[in-house]
Amino acid sequence: MHLGKVIGTIWATRKYPALEGAKLQIVQPVDKNLDDRGAPLVAVDTIGAGSGEIVMYITSREATIPYRVELVPIDASIIGIVDRVDVQG
Amino acid sequence: MILGRVIGTVWATRKDEKLTGSTLQIVRPVELDYSPKPGFVVAVDAVGAGVGEIVLVVQGSSARQTVKTQNKPVDATIMAIVDKLDIEEQG
Repeated sequence: MHLGKVIGTIWATRKYPALEGAKLQIVQPVDKNLDDRGAPLVAVDTIGAGSGEIVMYITSREATIPYRVELVPIDASIIGIVDRVDVQG
Repeated sequence: MILGRVIGTVWATRKDEKLTGSTLQIVRPVELDYSPKPGFVVAVDAVGAGVGEIVLVVQGSSARQTVKTQNKPVDATIMAIVDKLDIEEQG
């Protein structure tokens, strides 16, 4: 799992049918200090995160698990909204 | 998923027979302002994107999670054509 910040949304009417109604968010990965780290990516959001929120997301094949449909071509999914990050050291 | 622009097509008659009938598009990754990034991927087109269009590409095993690419030797699939981006917070 990774940490990221929701920085925007993708609108795509023409998409794979199983993705009908899916929320596609643009996520900027962040490090443990919540500073930007690496390139933004697009993740399906089944949780309902708002823009600017820090989220947890998963990638690769496992990203399809939270989704309501079995066969769906997604490789990143938001799985949680972070309240707080405590890091020692 | 990554953002990209379809910049061309690959034609290959001699290929794994499981790929017969698949449209193979060349996609260049782009930044959020659609400016080109280095590199490209060849992706099976599952939504009928045209050259020049901004698309979303799914990669890895998830690329096989469509009726068209299931159980096929595919690791990149175009699964959406982007209409618009809303960027609220610059990262």
